Amino acid sequence: MAASSTTITNAGPARPARSFVQRLRSGDEVAYLITFAAAASVLLVTGLLVYELYINSSASRTKFGLSFLVTKTWDPVAGQYGAWPFIYGTVVTSALALFIGIPLGVGAAIFLAELAPPAISDGLTFLIELLAAVPSVIYGLLGIFVLIPILRTVEPAIRAVLGWTPLFQGPFYGVSLFSAGVVLSVMIIPFIISISREVIRAVPADQREAALALGATRWESTWHVVVPYARKGIAGSIFLALARALGETMAVTMVIGNDPKVKASLFAPGYSIAAVIANEFTEATGQLYTSALIELGLVLFALTIVINAMARILVAGTGGRNG
Amino acid sequence: MTSSLLLRRKAVNAVMLTITGLCTLFATGTLVFILGYLFIHGGKSLSWNFFTKLPTPVGESGGGMANAILGSAKLLAVAMAVGIPIGFLGGIYLAEFGGSTFSFIVRYTTDLLNGVPSIVIGIFAYTVIVLPQKHFSTLAGGLALGVMMIPIAVRSTEEFLRAVPVSLREGAVALGASKAKAILTVVIPAAKNGIMTGIMLNLARVAGETAPLLFTSFSNRYWSPGWEQPTAALPVMIFTYAIAPYEDWHQQAWSAGFVLLTLVLAVNVIARMILSKSKHVAR
Repeated sequence: MAASSTTITNAGPARPARSFVQRLRSGDEVAYLITFAAAASVLLVTGLLVYELYINSSASRTKFGLSFLVTKTWDPVAGQYGAWPFIYGTVVTSALALFIGIPLGVGAAIFLAELAPPAISDGLTFLIELLAAVPSVIYGLLGIFVLIPILRTVEPAIRAVLGWTPLFQGPFYGVSLFSAGVVLSVMIIPFIISISREVIRAVPADQREAALALGATRWESTWHVVVPYARKGIAGSIFLALARALGETMAVTMVIGNDPKVKASLFAPGYSIAAVIANEFTEATGQLYTSALIELGLVLFALTIVINAMARILVAGTGGRNG
Repeated sequence: MTSSLLLRRKAVNAVMLTITGLCTLFATGTLVFILGYLFIHGGKSLSWNFFTKLPTPVGESGGGMANAILGSAKLLAVAMAVGIPIGFLGGIYLAEFGGSTFSFIVRYTTDLLNGVPSIVIGIFAYTVIVLPQKHFSTLAGGLALGVMMIPIAVRSTEEFLRAVPVSLREGAVALGASKAKAILTVVIPAAKNGIMTGIMLNLARVAGETAPLLFTSFSNRYWSPGWEQPTAALPVMIFTYAIAPYEDWHQQAWSAGFVLLTLVLAVNVIARMILSKSKHVAR
């Protein structure tokens, strides 16, 4: 009856610490070790990812050094590789996406969190979260065949109003930095909305009530009290959206025009980091070409890590749910 | 004076409320538009051939994407084999054994990995599998998707396990169960629904990924036997066909987009319905 006596010692109230063998037998130690290994392998995979990016970009890093980041020429035939056109395209399209996406996203989040009745708010939020689940290649498909024709028809109107600025000069072929920015804005709006809505809802009710009791209108209480209270979380949602926009590949590749030049005009075709990797990786001949593309991947990785870290700090600061 | 100021404040109130309403309308309108457009355009040219035939050369009608559909399924199978065990067990660690500095680091790294752009994960799979083997394969593509699944699998498992009341664990331990037994027979079954829907959502997310497949599983005009050869996948086909200059390929791209979006959204709707029905769980 050794087995039953073990059970009794196990369940006893004042038992001494169980030995390693006992814990091993009961499965606790095994469960711990297995799950620990899985958790550790998350670190391992991430570490390996950074290591592989670093090692495999060494040819390009040693040849070009830091000047890689600011060199404007990307000429595989001549063996000249510079990242600047891609960094420029990535930053410009993401900035445009934020410029369009922030007012729309934050506006909708305010409406859904503060003004809409709960049932309507939940229903619409459900729809908007579905929008976030649409694969990016579908956005690209719609970008090519729906958005670009629409932009072609509104292009004269934009030119008439803003044509005097350097941003809207030159011919418009459809594929352009501008189109990429617009597609990206549609893609990031759901992120801004769903996170901002959460942080706005987390603002304590007495903040609103105090403002309303002092005679503020609904909008005044929202804009002067609730939104400032939630501003860190809203900023966090914007950073998360930015990180996504920077790393977005397919939708951008399909509408940006894939031209590695630095042009001030948004109507000109451009190129982004993710897009050049997607387009040229399989065709890259020679070690230097591939390693230059991998170094671009490393740059993109570093960029998104920094932005993501900032977003997490901001969202966590307001007690909002993070990602 | 006072009354005109009040009037102005009320007007600002009304105008701004309307503007935020319009923002919402725009955001939801986009989804309705995307769905409507794809259903009309993609559904139109969708036929049985799409699901049963191989792609045909340009100009020849009647082709399908059967190989890409099977390819996507195989890629997802590999992805699950990579992502689910690590994600699920890692999530158990964080929820049940966690609490130390190590857990903090794991959580932080998981969030970090979640933020890595998919194309960079593609490069990773390329350097780990394609480069040493010197050829594209289903395995490499599946690995890329699997790595993408890990962070969400970890965090959703952890979240759902944490939502299980402590009293259930205490009850099991009070009855003499070891901690491992309590987790295995009480805690995990209680969180089963949540974890399963988490996996479904996770799969739906990577099913639409294109970028990490471009230079890992590449593409294939024919069937791809086994796991060691390049394979076609639905999202990659949409990309290739959409940027090609042929009208009938564009139609095929729309059909593929329709099928992919229907699958992804159906999984999302079902999963969210299950989640909103189960009690303790938020998300």
